Amino acid sequence: MSMVQPLLEVNKLQTQFPTSSGIAKAVDDVSFSLAAGEILGLVGESGCGKTVTGFSILGLVDPPGRVVGGQVLFKGEDLLTMDTERLRAIRGNRLAMIFQDPMMTLNPVLRIDTQLIETLQAHQDISRAAAYDRALEALGEVGIAEPAQRLRAYPHQFSGGMRQRVAIAIALINRPDLIIADEPTTALDVTIQGQILALVQALCRERQMSLIWISHDLSVVAGLADRVAVMYAGKIVESGTVRATLDHPAHPYTRGLLGAIPALHERGSRLLPIPGTTPSLLNLPAGCAFADRCAQVHGACALPPPDFAVGHDGPSHRVRCWLNHANSPNRIADAAP
Amino acid sequence: MLPPDSSRRPALLELRQISKRFSRPLDLAARLAQKLGAAISAQTVHAVDRVSLTIGRGEIVGLVGESGCGKSTLGRLALGSYPASSGQRYWRGEGGTTAIDDLPATQRRAVQLKMQMVFQDPYASLNPRLRVGQAISEAPLVHGLITAQQRDAWLAQLLHKVGLDPSLGERYPHQFSGGQRARIGIARALAVAPEFIVCDEAVSALDVSIQAQVINLFMQLRDDLDLTYLFISHDLGVIRHVSDRVAVMYLGRIVESASTDEIFAHPHHPYTQALIAELPVIGGHRRDYQAIRGEIPSPLHPPSGCHFHPRCPYAMAQCQTLARELREIAPQHWSSCILDGGGE
Ligand SMILES: Nc1ncnc2c1ncn2[C@@H]1O[C@H](COP(=O)(O)OP(=O)(O)OP(=O)(O)O)[C@@H](O)[C@H]1O
Ligand SMILES: Nc1ncnc2c1ncn2[C@@H]1O[C@H](COP(=O)(O)OP(=O)(O)OP(=O)(O)O)[C@@H](O)[C@H]1O
Ligand SMILES: [Mg+2]
Ligand SMILES: [Mg+2]
Repeated sequence: MSMVQPLLEVNKLQTQFPTSSGIAKAVDDVSFSLAAGEILGLVGESGCGKTVTGFSILGLVDPPGRVVGGQVLFKGEDLLTMDTERLRAIRGNRLAMIFQDPMMTLNPVLRIDTQLIETLQAHQDISRAAAYDRALEALGEVGIAEPAQRLRAYPHQFSGGMRQRVAIAIALINRPDLIIADEPTTALDVTIQGQILALVQALCRERQMSLIWISHDLSVVAGLADRVAVMYAGKIVESGTVRATLDHPAHPYTRGLLGAIPALHERGSRLLPIPGTTPSLLNLPAGCAFADRCAQVHGACALPPPDFAVGHDGPSHRVRCWLNHANSPNRIADAAP
Repeated sequence: MLPPDSSRRPALLELRQISKRFSRPLDLAARLAQKLGAAISAQTVHAVDRVSLTIGRGEIVGLVGESGCGKSTLGRLALGSYPASSGQRYWRGEGGTTAIDDLPATQRRAVQLKMQMVFQDPYASLNPRLRVGQAISEAPLVHGLITAQQRDAWLAQLLHKVGLDPSLGERYPHQFSGGQRARIGIARALAVAPEFIVCDEAVSALDVSIQAQVINLFMQLRDDLDLTYLFISHDLGVIRHVSDRVAVMYLGRIVESASTDEIFAHPHHPYTQALIAELPVIGGHRRDYQAIRGEIPSPLHPPSGCHFHPRCPYAMAQCQTLARELREIAPQHWSSCILDGGGE
């Protein structure tokens, strides 16, 4: 293992929301790290905790929700205990988020140019004229035609995908060290998506920007990311290099995800959703949360699953599952005379 | 089930030569600059340009095209949530064909209720102060589709169908994940038992497994109730899976339409060909993505002639001046490209 300090290190992060019917454990014991220039794909079912993970890292969880445990080390400093003033200075400058809903970034009553220029001037000493030129360039970078004309428009005058792209431009405009991109290209066609992917890829390679790419689109994650982490019901259940994880998925949930992709099926045929429904985060079982949807469920699954290296690609490919685990109580029972 | 051939389905909704232009008046600063001699003029976005589209009852028409090409606008025009700049909408109900916008208000509302939209941006379309269960059941209660006694059981069933836990009905919109919110939008559209739904990127925010469940639900409703869809998506894999017929849009115009099998097997228009060539392959590994080459066309100043000509590898001199109407190049296969073999 190299001793280079990772840019971001998340340790045992836990975030909870009290609701009228109990406590929702949206993020539960999430750990991962990210080196400078590295791209991590964070994937998993709707509602599994991807966005809340991003919000927790950036200190954006709204009360009554709360980060109840863990550490988020950014260049060695814990963002969770940092004073708000300093956190605000880092956020939007060194650390930025592209929100799943572009209207979380965009102000509906301000013109696009104002919003881009204000983002620049909030963190940099830059003249208005220079900021305007940067804004123009930033809009062009995300594939918006006639940027000079479009800068004068308001968000509602843009199409859904154009709004998404403006939000991307705002997040990237200060050239941060780390971007958390939450489903940033969900509504974009392949051409425009290619433009955005080329842009972030170049920033990661040339400027060592690090990226957490939250997405349910495995084909994009496969093409873009260095590593992938698969989340299920608040926990990372499998992680590793893209190659190891997608070519040799070790967790039955990861295998299920790979099996439900439409393009691989015949037209009009029923798709193969993973059977069952997402468990309620309010009362998760003590054992594996995926157990009652898993084709390979067995006795051990009632116990908390171990988190261990599966061996594909060395120690970095990890899975949280009893299958193939040397100390599975089942194996021990089977081996006993 | 009928074969996926539009010609055999009686029409349900017909759009005839429909257009939408958004004109943006100049703001104060621009008006001043203009007075001082700057070359600024009021801008008009030609979002939808003389589109004709007939959708058969029980048909799923897929609508694809680049971001900003006018898909959502066309969907809203179909629904009547934007007034058209020109053109007409016809509804073929039991009482024959009617121009919807010429109907008296009460009749028009009755037709409108049969048409619903799943919005691309579910957050903006949900009232943040209303529990989602209320938001979903409001309209069906008002229109007498369900009674107050039936409400709870009905709501639980509907939420379950879109893959949500019925207890979530008590929550407010901000307490949901993005994909959960998208499904609330779907439940709300289905709640009034519509005959026609515009699905605007309705499954884009959903992971593959939930996506599969929702797509199966859509297809089931089509088979059981003859529900009709205009299905907007950037995901050609999804479009190919669900659609009977596909319409391809480029910069405000439909440039090609044909049955799904036909268009994927024999794309005619060079834009369609380019689109299909880019179908992403799954299982690929790290690749280098390409930035767009050349000028991106803008609906503020669409190119003359065929809108695609500046990017078309086969463009000829006349493509710069001639904007041809769609014509039938094979049975039920329409294209606006002047080249006989499309690009070939
Ligand atoms: N304010 C809140 N109050 C209660 N529960 C919440 C709140 N915000 C999020 N949750 C719950 O936490 C869980 C995780 O949500 P999150 O938004 O992180 O999901 P996600 O993985 O991003 O899903 P998607 O792909 O649908 O966006 C969800 O089940 C959601 O219902
Ligand atoms: N209210 C409006 N005022 C002014 N211009 C608008 C308005 N709504 C849409 N437009 C413009 O009309 C064009 C088409 O927009 P539309 O939303 O229909 O695109 P789209 O095909 O749905 O794109 P996307 O895939 O990005 O959602 C865009 O150039 C957009 O800027
Ligand atoms: Mg999310
Ligand atoms: Mg749209």
